[in-house]
Amino acid sequence: MTLVIRLRHSLPGFYLDAAFDAPDGVTALFGHSGAGKTTIVQAVAGLLRPEEGYVAVDGWVMGDTSARKWLPPHRRGVGYVFQDARLFPHMNVRSNLAYGLRAQRRSPDSEAFDRIIEMLGIAHLLARRPAGLSGGEKQRVAIGRALLARPRLLLLDEPMAALDEARKAEILPFLERLRDEIRLPILYVSHALPEVARLATTVVVLEQGRVVRAGSTAEVLSDPDVVPSFGPRAAGAVLEARIVAHHGDGLSELRTSEGTLLLPGVSGPPGRLLRVRIPAHEVILSRARPEGLSALNILPATVIAMRDDGDGGVVVQLASGRDRLLSRITRRSVRALALEPGVACHAIVKSVAVARSGMTE
Amino acid sequence: MPLLPTVSGSLGRTADVAGGLSPEAWEAVALSLKVSFWAMLASLPLGIAVALLLARGSFPGRQLLNGVVHLPLILPPVVTGYLLLLAFGRRGPVGAFLYDTFGITFAFNWKGAALAAAIMAFPLMVRAIRLSIEAVDSGLEEAAATLGAGRLRVFATITLPLILPGIIAGAILAFAKAMGEFGATITFVSNIPGQTQTLPSAVYTFLQVPGAEVQAAILVGISICLAMGALLASELLARRVRRRMEGQ
Repeated sequence: MTLVIRLRHSLPGFYLDAAFDAPDGVTALFGHSGAGKTTIVQAVAGLLRPEEGYVAVDGWVMGDTSARKWLPPHRRGVGYVFQDARLFPHMNVRSNLAYGLRAQRRSPDSEAFDRIIEMLGIAHLLARRPAGLSGGEKQRVAIGRALLARPRLLLLDEPMAALDEARKAEILPFLERLRDEIRLPILYVSHALPEVARLATTVVVLEQGRVVRAGSTAEVLSDPDVVPSFGPRAAGAVLEARIVAHHGDGLSELRTSEGTLLLPGVSGPPGRLLRVRIPAHEVILSRARPEGLSALNILPATVIAMRDDGDGGVVVQLASGRDRLLSRITRRSVRALALEPGVACHAIVKSVAVARSGMTE
Repeated sequence: MPLLPTVSGSLGRTADVAGGLSPEAWEAVALSLKVSFWAMLASLPLGIAVALLLARGSFPGRQLLNGVVHLPLILPPVVTGYLLLLAFGRRGPVGAFLYDTFGITFAFNWKGAALAAAIMAFPLMVRAIRLSIEAVDSGLEEAAATLGAGRLRVFATITLPLILPGIIAGAILAFAKAMGEFGATITFVSNIPGQTQTLPSAVYTFLQVPGAEVQAAILVGISICLAMGALLASELLARRVRRRMEGQ
């Protein structure tokens, strides 16, 4: 199923003009606050009627202003998980979860109910009222409530923005299961790059109401042209690596398409595919094969492109086999190493800097 | 004006009772309760509707509606009563229509007293309900809509339960106000014992009669008790509903 979105709408300060497709899996809408992310999600949900717009999922048109059609929210079947959960305070968790099917006058589906509360780990909360739940629990119930209404697609509007790091860590695995187990297009609004790197299958980068880049996560996150949108300090490429073995010293050996990475704290059976994120400022470049370095992870690479990051540095995009890497270095280093597209070099990754993340299989 | 003959007519009957409360005074208490109850109940649906319009609606004339609703609060009650008499009297435009088509008349009976009390209490009721509607997080209603609930269902399952404390408070406030309504009532439906003599009218009457101060004092005591009781009940009810709502 594919979600097709075409929107034009004037907003205070800028003009939203966004067009993109979201396939099955998680499509992250990435951008700074005020880039138009929430406006897009609200238009998809029918909570906002844009000046011009077309929204369809799998050929079913929910809104087409040129045909004077813009369905109200309750006739769209769009599961919306809000930043602030928005659980109904006068109902217990069970009634909150059952609200959708009841509102649509459909009979309860106990099988789906059991499966979803198991997946979200909220079975022990059913009799409680929302006021007594933690932020993470509220958000899991909100996700369950949206899923149990049998949506055609799911909108997650910064579902973790209001949570602290510990609560985020608690929710992320559930979101990953959601992505891997539910065959629905999921629009995930976020301005946190690590979250996007971990969850998204597709990334749409928004700036001032415009789509500046859209594509697969690995492609978009390793594009030096998009670095200014992320901020040079947050930029980093995502690549996939397969677990080869766990060594006795706590390090695990992972195989990328062209080299080997040694990372601490990795679990999972050998053969499993992991997604790792390597921040650009943690990658050092060397023309010669480095010797006598404490860094363990050295990948052979070729320079593809370079771009000024607008902050005194240069972001270098590298190819290492099929993988793409980003490295952020100074202009002086670029001159000293005589770097230019096509030049072969070695990318040195400090092992501690490698951000491990969930599996994608 | 039938005011004077009624007052003098009631004198003879109240004077012979010594100690305790005359049947007439009890009648006034019972009538006041009946009038206030119906004034509250009959105006509640309209009160909720107007509060919704004022809190959520955006239409031309919203300020005008707001003004009209609040008018009884700022007009002298006598003026309100006189306007009611003009409109709802047997020969008034509305009164004549109601009498000719439905056979209903408001002039000089307890229904008229209820109408006067309802109109005088209406601004207070609307205000309490409106405040509670404005306190409802419209995000909850949006969430319900995305789950598939149409507007009516959203109102019945989300908005209404959440504003219930405000509705209760508004209703009881209106009831208490209706219990105390005097000016508009006596102007519109006069002060006929057993028919339109409400508690405040009875107090007024007793105060005009030498030697009936005890009766007046007892009625004053009763009205204080009723008012306090109403306030307490509204407080308790609202707290209970709120606690049930928040589940704490």
